[in-house]
Order: sequence, then C-alpha cells, then structure tokens
Amino acid sequence: MKILVAAKRVPDPNATIKVRPDGTGIATENVKYVVNPFCEIAIEEALRIKEKQGGAEVVLVSVGGKVAQEQLRTGLAMGADRAVLVVSETEVEPAVVARVLVKLIEGEKPDLVLMGKQSIDDDSNVVGQMAAEMLGWGQATNASEVKLAGDKQSAVVTREVDGGLEDVEIKLPGIVTTDLRLNEPRYASLPGIMKARKKELKEIPLAEVGVDTTATVKIHKLAPPPARQAGKKVGSVQELVDMLHSEAKVI
Amino acid sequence: MNVLVFAEHQHKKFSKLALVAVRAGQILAEKTGGTCSAAVLGNDVEGLAKELAEYGLKTVYAVEHAALEHYTADAHAQALANLARDKGFTAVVAAASVVGKDLMPRVAVRLGAGIACDITGISDSGFERPMYAGNAIATISIETPNKVVTVRPTAFDAAAKGAAGAVEKIAASIDTNALRMKFISFNETKSDRPVLTEARIVVSGGRGLKNGENFTTVLEPLVDAMGAAMGASRAAVDAGFVPNDLQVGQTGKVVAPELYVAVGISGAIQHLAGMKDSKVIVAINKDEEAPIFQVADYGLVADLFKAVPEMKDAVEKLKH
Ligand SMILES: Cc1cc2nc3c(=O)[nH]c(=O)nc-3n(C[C@H](O)[C@H](O)[C@H](O)COP(=O)(O)OP(=O)(O)OC[C@H]3O[C@@H](n4cnc5c(N)ncnc54)[C@H](O)[C@@H]3O)c2cc1C
Ligand SMILES: Nc1ncnc2c1ncn2[C@@H]1O[C@H](COP(=O)(O)O)[C@@H](O)[C@H]1O
Repeated sequence: MKILVAAKRVPDPNATIKVRPDGTGIATENVKYVVNPFCEIAIEEALRIKEKQGGAEVVLVSVGGKVAQEQLRTGLAMGADRAVLVVSETEVEPAVVARVLVKLIEGEKPDLVLMGKQSIDDDSNVVGQMAAEMLGWGQATNASEVKLAGDKQSAVVTREVDGGLEDVEIKLPGIVTTDLRLNEPRYASLPGIMKARKKELKEIPLAEVGVDTTATVKIHKLAPPPARQAGKKVGSVQELVDMLHSEAKVI
Repeated sequence: MNVLVFAEHQHKKFSKLALVAVRAGQILAEKTGGTCSAAVLGNDVEGLAKELAEYGLKTVYAVEHAALEHYTADAHAQALANLARDKGFTAVVAAASVVGKDLMPRVAVRLGAGIACDITGISDSGFERPMYAGNAIATISIETPNKVVTVRPTAFDAAAKGAAGAVEKIAASIDTNALRMKFISFNETKSDRPVLTEARIVVSGGRGLKNGENFTTVLEPLVDAMGAAMGASRAAVDAGFVPNDLQVGQTGKVVAPELYVAVGISGAIQHLAGMKDSKVIVAINKDEEAPIFQVADYGLVADLFKAVPEMKDAVEKLKH
C-alpha cells in the first residue's frame, strides 16, 4: 500500500503574527516555521496505518521554498519513507497547489492521500477538496477516525461536522483531510532524526511539474484586524451581573 | 453578475446559514448589477424551495435526485455546478459552514472558477477575508470569469422577506457512475439549547473547568440560567469534556453573539479568532495576566468554581 501525505511549511501557531506596515504580507523576521499542525496529524495517521498494516510506503509531498526541506525532514524523522518538494520561491496559491498535487498523485498512484483540513496560515480549507474533484475521487474532510476496509478498496471515515459526527464511505484511492481529534502526532526520535538524513528528498522546480500556474485569486493587501480595547475589571460577580444588565444591557 | 446561492438545509430544515448566504449573494448581485437566485438540493425539496422563494430571490431551484437524499460532496458538486452552467450563473455563493467548505472547492474546480473562502466583506474591489487566525485581513479578488465564494456566517445578516420569486423544479444532472462517496450515518449531538452559531448569548468553558463533570454541574446551570448556547475551547474538547462541535475558534466554529462569556479560558489567538467579533465579551479567569482579559469588556479575576454558581444565582435573581 502506498500513502501520500501533503505537508505544508507554516509559521508556528504560537508565533505572534503581525502584518507588515506596507500591507504586502506578514513580518517574517524571527518567526519560527513548523509543519502545519493538521499535516502533522496526517503524517501520524499514515504512519499508524503503515504500522497496523505491517508495511506501507509513506511519501511526503510539499510545495514551497527550498526551506521547506526542513519540514519534510521532520516528517521523515517521524517515520515517513521519502519526500518530494516542489520548489517555488514565490507563494503558490491553493488552487495551484491542488493542481501540483494532482500531477504528483497521478505519477505516484497512491492508494490513499492524507492532507490537513486547513493550513493555519492561509486558513483556506480547499486544497484536499479541489484535488479530489480534479481527480474524480471521493473525499472525507475533517476526519476524526479512519477505518480502511480489509480489501483496501474503500474506507469509512468519521467526520467532525456541524451538529455532530458523520460517517461516510469513500472508495479508494481517495482523499482524507484531518481534524484535530484524529490522533496525537508523535515526536521524532533521535534515531529517527539520524535516519531521516539518509532518506530520499527529491526536489522538482515548479516549472517542471507541468501545471498551469495562472493565478485564480489575487491578494491585494493585508491589514491588521480592527483592535479590540480591553475593558474594565469588575470586583465581584454582583457587579458583573449589574453591569451586564444596566450598562451593557445584554441580560 | 448573476448569482446562484447554495441554500444549505439540515434534513429538510433551513438554519440561519441559508438566509445568510442569500443575503451575501444579494449584496454581490447588487454590487455587480445582476440577479440573485438560489438552489435547494435534495430529494423532494420543492416545499423548501417555496419557503425560500419569499426572500426576494429571482428563482429558487428545487434540484432533485435520489443521489442527493443525503449530503455527499461529489454528487452535490455535480448537481450544483451543472445547474450553474446550464442556467448561466457566473457566481456561486454558500455559507462557510462545514458543508459549504466541503462542497464549494469542488464546485469551483468544475466551473473553472477561483474561490474566495470564508469572506467577511464584499467591496467594489473584491472581498475581505481573515487569514493567519484573524491576525490579518486580506483584500482579495477572483481573477477568473466564474467566481465561487463562501461567506462567514457571522459577518452577514440574514436575508429579509421580500418579493416572492419563482420556484422551478429541476431533475439534477448527475453521472451516478462517477460517484465514489456514500453517506452512512449521522450521529447528532442532541441538545435542547440554542444553536451555538445562532445564539444571542454564548457561555464557553475551557481547561479551567478541569473535567467533563464540572461542565455539567458547574457551567451548564449558568448556561441554562442565561438561556445561552454552550461553547468550549479546543483544550476542553480535546480532553473529551464536551463534544467536538462545541469548539470555538480558528479551526472550530466562529461565533459573534451579543454576549460571550469565557470561563476558564486563557484566550489563545486560535480561540480569539472564533469569538472576538462578539458584541460584549466577559472573561472569568483566576489569572489576571490571562490574554483573554485583553479583549474582554468585563473581566472578573476569580476562581470559577466560586464565581460561576454565584453568577447563576445573580442572573436568576435578576429575572424575578
Ligand atoms: C492548529 C491549532 C488549532 C487550534 N484551534 C483552536 C480552536 O479552534 N479553538 C481553541 O479554543 N483553541 C484552538 N487551539 C488551541 C489553542 O492554542 C489553546 O491551546 C487553547 O485554546 C487553550 O484552551 P484553554 O484556554 O481552555 O486552556 P488553557 O490555555 O490551559 O487555559 C486554561 C485557563 O483556565 C484558567 N483557570 C484554571 N483554573 C481556573 C479556576 N479554578 N478558575 C478560573 N480560571 C481558571 C487558567 O488561568 C487558564 O487561563 C488550536 C491550536 C492549534 C495548534
Ligand atoms: N504548499 C503546500 N504544500 C503541501 N501541501 C499543501 C500546501 N498547501 C496546502 N497543502 C495541503 O492542503 C491542506 C489544506 O490546505 P489549505 O487548503 O491551504 O487550507 C494542508 O493541510 C496540506 O495538507
């Protein structure tokens, strides 16, 4: 069985993100970068499936600058087998990422593709769904449990949806995107880190993938959100309830 | 631009999501000098389409097919995109709910359209949308002739009743051989409380509550005394204190009630992303340095186990 996992390099969720004064982007000085947390969950799920099956090949793919090697090495250190980095030093929009992933998927022919439900930088939540449609595949987004059928021709996925949990069956190959409760990703072990150095990490320039890179969406500027002022501290519960009643008039 | 709104329903009932999407669709149509229509997808949904037709829409399509009985992304994407193409709609709009986010990227691919996700504003130059957990508001434009948009439900009002539109029943065009997904079951989180994303008051609990039992015995009496919906931080959900769909935040639900009460929640940026547009924010936390106080209109530094039961009593007294 072959499992392909798409993983993105993103700013650390704990970093303080500020918009550049000229509105062209975010200030990246002193910002640490990590594997997108949802992608980490996707890598972990692939490794668990591999362990449960007693074998499978886990291939990581990423689209980004050369620096994204670092995040792919992290995934390899967790236990993935090899990685492919499609290199572009300029930002690649989600729709183009989806096209690139489709090209790679057509070449690799995995049985299952795992992605995050959302990148925590662009907060789009689109790439998995777009890739699935381009491939004519089924999708199960927001997964909190993945159960492969014995014959690996299908999977039943529990999804975190509005108002509860939904079970959906998708034919394989198919795309599953991860939600927070799917698993808790492991840390890379020291031997894992050593081994990762020798694993294959192939780089392909974006221009060589052969996809249309025309922008479908343009970002014109970024602005900081409207600031919210801190209000007042109240001394007691009674004071709080009185204020909510007579000042804020919300109860 | 002639706009088609995807009107989401839950088992043949509309929630506020459908009307919010209609309102956003109408704004887009007004700004671009076009008309606004809507589509209701399902099996036997003409009655629903009639209901919606009262909201100032040109036409409401009841798009019917056995494969649309339950929501699955592939069948719905085919039906919606084919309708948009057949009727010449150049923009398709939906609420950025779980269903909207699941469905619309596929519709965009089918229509060769760019997609603007989770938008909070429509301007002459394009759309506004939050990025980086709400730390940045981007102004974006869609560069393709066809456009697909999902709208953040808290950022738009619900559509108001207006001139009645036409209702047209359509047999959906779906290639069932291409379908690769099957709905199995829905395990609903049962609750008698208001819906989290529609409630006037939301009371949320965090890790400070320590366990699920305390949610039941300490927080819920306050929630019910206030007639509120209950929400939670990711930490509380991850720990299994409350069901997943109560998570408020960047990667959960976005709420903007008149009153949001955060109890035992520190105020991580990912949590703030889901509630900082609330009208009035109250924080109850024993740590006066907790970041939640930076966005709170009223902050109470206190032990929640003492303050919450007191607050419940005070709220109840107010009602009498
Ligand atoms: C990819 C990603 C996505 C995320 N998405 C979300 C999201 O959508 N929503 C979300 O909420 N979080 C999200 N998070 C998690 C977020 O970063 C925080 O970890 C989380 O919000 C913390 O929850 P909390 O405030 O309940 O817990 P803590 O940060 O542990 O805070 C608990 C608070 O309770 C207070 N407290 C403890 N005991 C008492 C007491 N007796 N009385 C009064 N106060 C008390 C403490 O002072 C503290 O401030 C995400 C994180 C990542 C990495
Ligand atoms: N540049 C990228 N490289 C690799 N995977 C990506 C990239 N962008 C998005 N993805 C995948 O798509 C998921 C959803 O991202 P998005 O649609 O951008 O929110 C991520 O969690 C990744 O699995």
